[in-house]
Amino acid sequence: MAIRTEEMVLNMGPQHPSTHGVLRLELTLEGEIVTNVIPHIGYLHRCFEKHCEAMTYPQIVPYTDRMDYLASMSNEFGYAVAMEKLLGIEVPERVQYIRVIMAELQRIASHLVALGTYGADIGAFTPFLFCFRDREKILNLFEITCGARLLYNYIWVGGLSHDIHPDFVRKTREFIKEFRPNLKETNDLLTHNRIFIDRTANVGILPIETAINFGVSGPNLRGSGMKWDIRKDDPYSVYHKFDFDIPVGDGRNGTVGDSWDRYFVRVQEMEESLKIIEQALDQLPEGDVTSAIPKRIKPVVGNVYGRVENPRGELGYFIISDGSTSPYRVKVRAPSFVSMQVLNELCKGHMVADVVAILGSIDIVLGEIDR
Amino acid sequence: MFDLFYKLTGSEIVSGVIISLLPLFLFILPFALFAVLLERKVSAHMQDRLGPMRVGYHGIFQTIADILKLIQKEDIVAKDNDKFLFNLAPIIVFTGSYAAFAVIPFSSYFIGSNINLGIFYIVAITSLAVVGILMAGWASNNKYSLLGSMRSVAQIISYEIPTILVILSIVMITGTMNLNTLSEMQTGYFWNWLIFGGPGLSLTKFLLIPFMFIGFLIIYISTLAEVNRTPFDIPEAESELVSGYHTEYSGMKFAMFFLSEYANMFAVSAIVVALFLGGYQSPVGYLGDLFNAPWLIPIEQFFWFTVKGVSFVFVQMWLRWTLPRLRVDQLMTTSWKYLIPIAFFNLIIIGIITLL
Repeated sequence: MAIRTEEMVLNMGPQHPSTHGVLRLELTLEGEIVTNVIPHIGYLHRCFEKHCEAMTYPQIVPYTDRMDYLASMSNEFGYAVAMEKLLGIEVPERVQYIRVIMAELQRIASHLVALGTYGADIGAFTPFLFCFRDREKILNLFEITCGARLLYNYIWVGGLSHDIHPDFVRKTREFIKEFRPNLKETNDLLTHNRIFIDRTANVGILPIETAINFGVSGPNLRGSGMKWDIRKDDPYSVYHKFDFDIPVGDGRNGTVGDSWDRYFVRVQEMEESLKIIEQALDQLPEGDVTSAIPKRIKPVVGNVYGRVENPRGELGYFIISDGSTSPYRVKVRAPSFVSMQVLNELCKGHMVADVVAILGSIDIVLGEIDR
Repeated sequence: MFDLFYKLTGSEIVSGVIISLLPLFLFILPFALFAVLLERKVSAHMQDRLGPMRVGYHGIFQTIADILKLIQKEDIVAKDNDKFLFNLAPIIVFTGSYAAFAVIPFSSYFIGSNINLGIFYIVAITSLAVVGILMAGWASNNKYSLLGSMRSVAQIISYEIPTILVILSIVMITGTMNLNTLSEMQTGYFWNWLIFGGPGLSLTKFLLIPFMFIGFLIIYISTLAEVNRTPFDIPEAESELVSGYHTEYSGMKFAMFFLSEYANMFAVSAIVVALFLGGYQSPVGYLGDLFNAPWLIPIEQFFWFTVKGVSFVFVQMWLRWTLPRLRVDQLMTTSWKYLIPIAFFNLIIIGIITLL
């Protein structure tokens, strides 16, 4: 007699410790094997794009902070890059350098959260707190710069809200000095741990064709072996002046494009970011940071697409201007939104525990997906 | 122990009740209170934190405050729960871990029941927890709980086999299942412990040493899995299953699961200590012998047993806050493909050596 079996539908989230926010995953399970994953989004939808149409251009800056709340500086940077392209503003050197330093510090802070929470997803809780300890130092740097620790409103169209603190350069150098050994410690504890490798290598393999077809960008794409980074391939700001590498996944513990590769690309990127910050601090020019900020922003009729390399991938702003003081339409290309689409491809045939490992490895932020 | 109380009270029932409550109030509850605080402090100091600091000096009364909170909490039972099983499950789980303490020899005087089948009884009675866990998972009417309890049952049953194989090899060497006899046998200094091949100075002892070390490692790993500690805390896996089989429990019922987890941690450490590390025997001789005070010896024995047990509990915590978690299939692979064959060959080799 055959035993009657049926598939189990399991709702993972929106209140679940490892869905990284308010994502709801509808898992179809056969025992512990996942046969289908349907992500349900929208729990954090705040109408960012629609709001923009009712606001003037400078007023949009603080709203961009709230999209990817782990990388607010990068969001502002992207908006500033797009707007300056639309307006044709030439930004002072000092502003560019400070923006790069902030964006790279933000990249480290964001990757630290990604790494730490990924460790916690796999069951190692100690690296999580190690990472947050280091992130705390970066947040302190941001705090002395602009007073805020999460949502900065620092990078404005045409400049910065104000100059850096006199101690900033010294403190940033101290941070770099402290952070390098800490990163090694985290690597010893988590990255090269045998159990961690067993859990992440060969899990959630993202082939490079699939990644390109879905439009995945950032560390997830580089983890699949594609050397694509907007900082190098479509340089904006002053990134062309710095010497840094683009780490890519090499499948050293499994297959190219597995979860471990995506994770390790982030670890390596933090080291590259440190290099960029060191160079930028050495070359930091003097000057005024507010001189190029336009008094009143009223672009001509037209549209613009500006993109930057956010910690999570390509963050793009498509802005249509109708000649008034507020945009006709703003569309954001959110890297997390695109990365999340491949979840079903990655999870099929894996176990429930792997869903958590895969979701952590693509490092999504729900604030950005829902906007 | 029983005789002592029988003499004092003159009633079998009263002395039986006293005996059965003694480990609970003298040991399990204080230990659980201590272990919870220890766990929080150990984890905190490993993670660059301070841990609880508010209640008392360095937060030493934190767990007492937590228990008071848990007692006051509302006992939530969801609408579709199987009420009877739901209420029964924590009691069964706790009984399983509590009953194991009956035969654990804390010292040559303090042993609840000195039965000849001591180790056999522990193996049997700790399996009771499986029933309770499955019950909890099923009665919760929660998919996460069910998954957690299914994993837990598979895990505990798989890891019992290497444990029993190692215990069997010990029984083969010593020829006894009585935990008290086992501990008495390992008297003297630490080189008489079974991990160093047992007492005496024969060729067999030296041949046994490497295999005893292998056996020790296997039993430590598998007991770690039996009490659901990291890297084998898959049934609870909070990042996947919220909190496994006790997701739906609150208040004192949750505290029962919690208590039995910590009681179990000590129970399995105690088994490892009794089998391999001389039980309650001191590694360096007794002060009681030195000062000609025989009444001091049982107290010292109790001290040594607790120290050995707690140090193993500490290692369990250390591992928990260092290692990530395995996946279910990897967990099964570890047991069935590695531990069981190794334990089996170890058993055969030890058998051949004892025949020599």
